[in-house]
Amino acid sequence: MTSVTVAPPPRHYLNVAYTATSWLLTTDHKRIGILYLLSITFFFVIGGVAATLVRLELMTPEGDLLKAETYNKLFTIHGVTMVFFFLIPSIPAVLGNFLVPLMIGARDLAFPKLNLASWYLFIIGGTFTVWATVAGGVDTGWTFYTPYSSTYSNTHVMATAVGIFITGFSSILTGLNIIVTTHKMRAPGLTWFRLPLFIWSIYATSLIMVLATPVLAITLFLVAVERLAGVGVFDPKLGGDPLLFQHLFWFYSHPAVYIMILPGMGVVSELVACFTRQRPFGYAFIGFSSFAIAVFGFLVWGHHMFVSGQSVYAGMVFSILSYLVAIPSAVKVFNWTATLYKGSVSFYTPMLYALGFIGLFTVGGMTGMFLAALAVDVHVHDTYFVVAHFHYIMVGGMVMAYLGGIHFWWPKITGRLYPEGWARFSAILIFVGFNLTFFPQFVLGYLGMPRRYHVYPDEFQVLNVMSSAGASILAVGYLFPLTYLIWSLRYGPIAPANPWGATGLEWQTTSPPPTYNFDQTPVVTQEAYSYELGDAEGRPPEEIGRE
Amino acid sequence: MNDLANPLAHQFDDLDQQRDAAELGMWVFLATEVLFFGGLFLAYAVYRGQYGEAFAAASHHLDSWLGAANTLVLLTSSLTMALAVHAAQTGQRGLLVGLLLATLLLGAVFLGVKLYEYHHKYEEQLVPLFGLPFHYEGSARSQAMMFFTLYFIMTGVHALHMVIGIGVLGTLVVLAWRDGLLAERYIPVHLTGLYWHFVDIVWVFLFPFLYLVGTR
Amino acid sequence: MIDEGFRLFPEQASTVAPRVDALYFFLIAVCGSITLLVAVLIVYFAVKYRRDARVDRRRRQAHTYAIETAWIVIPLVLTMIMFAWGASLYFGMSRPPAGAIEIDVLGRQWMWKFQHPEGNREINELHVPRGRPVRLRMISEDVIHSLYVPAFRVKHDVLPDRYTGLWFEATKTGEYHLFCAEYCGAEHSRMRGRVVVLEPADYQAWLGGGTAGLPPVEAGRRLFEQLRCDTCHRGGGLAGRGPPLENVFGSEVRLADGRTVLADEDYLRESILRPQAKVVAGFEPIMPTFEAQVGEEGLMHLIAYLKSLSSQGGTTTP
Repeated sequence: MTSVTVAPPPRHYLNVAYTATSWLLTTDHKRIGILYLLSITFFFVIGGVAATLVRLELMTPEGDLLKAETYNKLFTIHGVTMVFFFLIPSIPAVLGNFLVPLMIGARDLAFPKLNLASWYLFIIGGTFTVWATVAGGVDTGWTFYTPYSSTYSNTHVMATAVGIFITGFSSILTGLNIIVTTHKMRAPGLTWFRLPLFIWSIYATSLIMVLATPVLAITLFLVAVERLAGVGVFDPKLGGDPLLFQHLFWFYSHPAVYIMILPGMGVVSELVACFTRQRPFGYAFIGFSSFAIAVFGFLVWGHHMFVSGQSVYAGMVFSILSYLVAIPSAVKVFNWTATLYKGSVSFYTPMLYALGFIGLFTVGGMTGMFLAALAVDVHVHDTYFVVAHFHYIMVGGMVMAYLGGIHFWWPKITGRLYPEGWARFSAILIFVGFNLTFFPQFVLGYLGMPRRYHVYPDEFQVLNVMSSAGASILAVGYLFPLTYLIWSLRYGPIAPANPWGATGLEWQTTSPPPTYNFDQTPVVTQEAYSYELGDAEGRPPEEIGRE
Repeated sequence: MNDLANPLAHQFDDLDQQRDAAELGMWVFLATEVLFFGGLFLAYAVYRGQYGEAFAAASHHLDSWLGAANTLVLLTSSLTMALAVHAAQTGQRGLLVGLLLATLLLGAVFLGVKLYEYHHKYEEQLVPLFGLPFHYEGSARSQAMMFFTLYFIMTGVHALHMVIGIGVLGTLVVLAWRDGLLAERYIPVHLTGLYWHFVDIVWVFLFPFLYLVGTR
Repeated sequence: MIDEGFRLFPEQASTVAPRVDALYFFLIAVCGSITLLVAVLIVYFAVKYRRDARVDRRRRQAHTYAIETAWIVIPLVLTMIMFAWGASLYFGMSRPPAGAIEIDVLGRQWMWKFQHPEGNREINELHVPRGRPVRLRMISEDVIHSLYVPAFRVKHDVLPDRYTGLWFEATKTGEYHLFCAEYCGAEHSRMRGRVVVLEPADYQAWLGGGTAGLPPVEAGRRLFEQLRCDTCHRGGGLAGRGPPLENVFGSEVRLADGRTVLADEDYLRESILRPQAKVVAGFEPIMPTFEAQVGEEGLMHLIAYLKSLSSQGGTTTP
């Protein structure tokens, strides 16, 4: 990071106006990105508090702290808010919104008003869900399996389903906006193979958002109709088939897992490139693997149903397809690792998060191999093994990437630098806390502890206590960035336009950028990541020619 | 999207780019809609596979003549819509307003017939919703119930799309009357046309699936 | 008592358990080495090429395609081994061996009910003999449950309105956990019990010592008579208004609409509850529904009886 004192640009998107309406009616993609940042942080806190209470309860085998009903509502709220209101909008809606036009040299997204409408839909959907929580909660788990959700549960299933339904349209519209923007608004000279890898991954994510979310919408719509109108589309008592719900639900929710990881992969590609001063090894392979994941991701939903009563042969087909979807993810990991080779590696906070991501995502992906192996899945399905596996992907992967991205682009977003020392410390704390929380859960899962258990046999207690201890470290770890990032808004040093010496169009404009991003439309003449090469004397590229 | 003085929004370089973007956006939206209806058609396919016989019997309770008439009405409205787009492109304001009104009217006729059919089913006690009395003569009552449940959900969601389409058409009529929506401003008409054709096509699938499954 | 001491690896108490564990260890070995390799390389490169290190950073022409192909093909081969191994085991686990003891399982919020072929009933406790295959025929009265015995490495969802099956052969006497693994409502985590594995002789003694009810076949026969099923389904080769039921189970039945279906447990169940759904060719759809008269237990008894009328009454695929 350069420590030259710099002056902020006189006019930028943050200081053009300060009124509430200038924020609430803005069509500036950067301001909408910030609106999303604030709202998903709110939901992260709700989901985090619920998780904390769940882990506290699990410190002992008996239900000492919470009643069973309360516990069930808490893990449901944790799942619903974290999946639909934090992870899915996290990188696409915050960083995607902020960065896509900047990275492709556009003045805004293709449909700015639609973009604002998406945020309002998100808020309306969120309000329904928060209302359902406050009014008494919902206890179906985020998976809403029928017939429990459609007939038996007497909690606020309707309000929550409606909330998720509405929020679904928010992500459909965000995806639509990003797809059109990427196709039609790229700066002159910015061909597809000159695009930053973040754009490739966010584009692939948008395809999934647009094609998978409507299926969830119609599924939840059917559950709602079933409850409201008393019909039995999924209720066996009325001739319905509860497994149909699972097929429809996972047809969305498995691709949704890729909505929750692909953008993280995009961020990590950016971070690794910048902090090794290298063009990512196998640029095209990383790019195309995003599409391979997006396509295969639609064909593996049945691997959530190996013990549900679907046919043995269907299970085999879904198993082999699940293995195939693992290959493009592996390709990415190997390429990132190879990018470090002969690079000039620096260890600023975003890079620490990126390295943490690669390690944790690898563990998460590799444990996916266990779950795709049919016979092993029979044993670990619906146990803590699954819980640990997807938290390694979602938290170890996506949240790490999100935090890495937030730190990396913080100077661009706010015009201020964050405190490096504190940031490094909390990145390491989060990494340690995360592993202590979730690694014991793999062991618990193979031992046979089912998920969503409020009370459990005594022999599982030691590992549960370890997990809860880790969770407390993790919680503290998350509080640090929340604190020092807010602090930096006022006291952080003024950021230069390009504090990392990174390539990419977003670094060529001021920090923070002006309302229409660029004073004049940039023209691209080079490949992405055209960092200079190091030389034979072993000097890293940025030192060459400086002495 | 664009104010009147300058039809070009700030984020675009030229009108071509703006038109391409709007058109692509509409196609992406329609892709979403295909998947949305796809879920319903999947549910239909699953139960049709399980209860083929009962579905065929139950579909005899629908009036396929009314369904056919409605199909004709909707196809005609697609024609008037296509002509409206052409009128907008070629700058014929009077014709545009007339054709939009015709489309709107045909859509309303479709909904009217649909409403009549719904009412008829209500009188026949074939509405398995909201705990209404369900009175079915034939065998396999619960399976017929599933047929009518799907019938009401699928045609209901389709009708909702029609209502939205009619609302948009109404707005277009007013705008076309006042401001023209002609030549380079024809994009809204064009996009509404795409949407209208899509809703039409959905019905083209619904009609045989629901009304004609019983005919062999 | 179930051993509830701290442990890091579950007990192996069925024939499939060691085989599943073998695959598990193979996966740990392969996936562990790859993860370790990635981790070591990351640390090594990151330290060696740290920004202030004086090392040769000149890049030669990299054979990108060769390298990429290698790390696509090698994982592909490895995953296909994992797939084949997992799938063949799974296939075996889904096919119960002939001559298994058939035990009926009824799941409901929030308890498990079992009934042995000899008639013994249990709640939240299941006694089985060591060294003999046991097949569970399971159904739920309300929501979806899932029967899970970690020590046996077996689990299967228990669905409403549809029979599912599960089989195991215990290899070690003792007591083991039995869990509900599919979230089913408020007391989901208390819907658990234990499986007691006894030596065959002890199992026989246990069967004799308990308060045995009627065996399911016998209870089914009585119910069959009590519901007057025999007025239409007349046995002994006599023509009746309903099709004869001898040897129906396990056979291919031709339906009025021309299709044929396999007369398995689900078909028999559906024919009692919704007789009009699949009418046998040559018969009028006149049978009334018995939805109101027969509960899940009665259905299981009737089906057990019907199976006893068939020469193939042993087992079918679940």
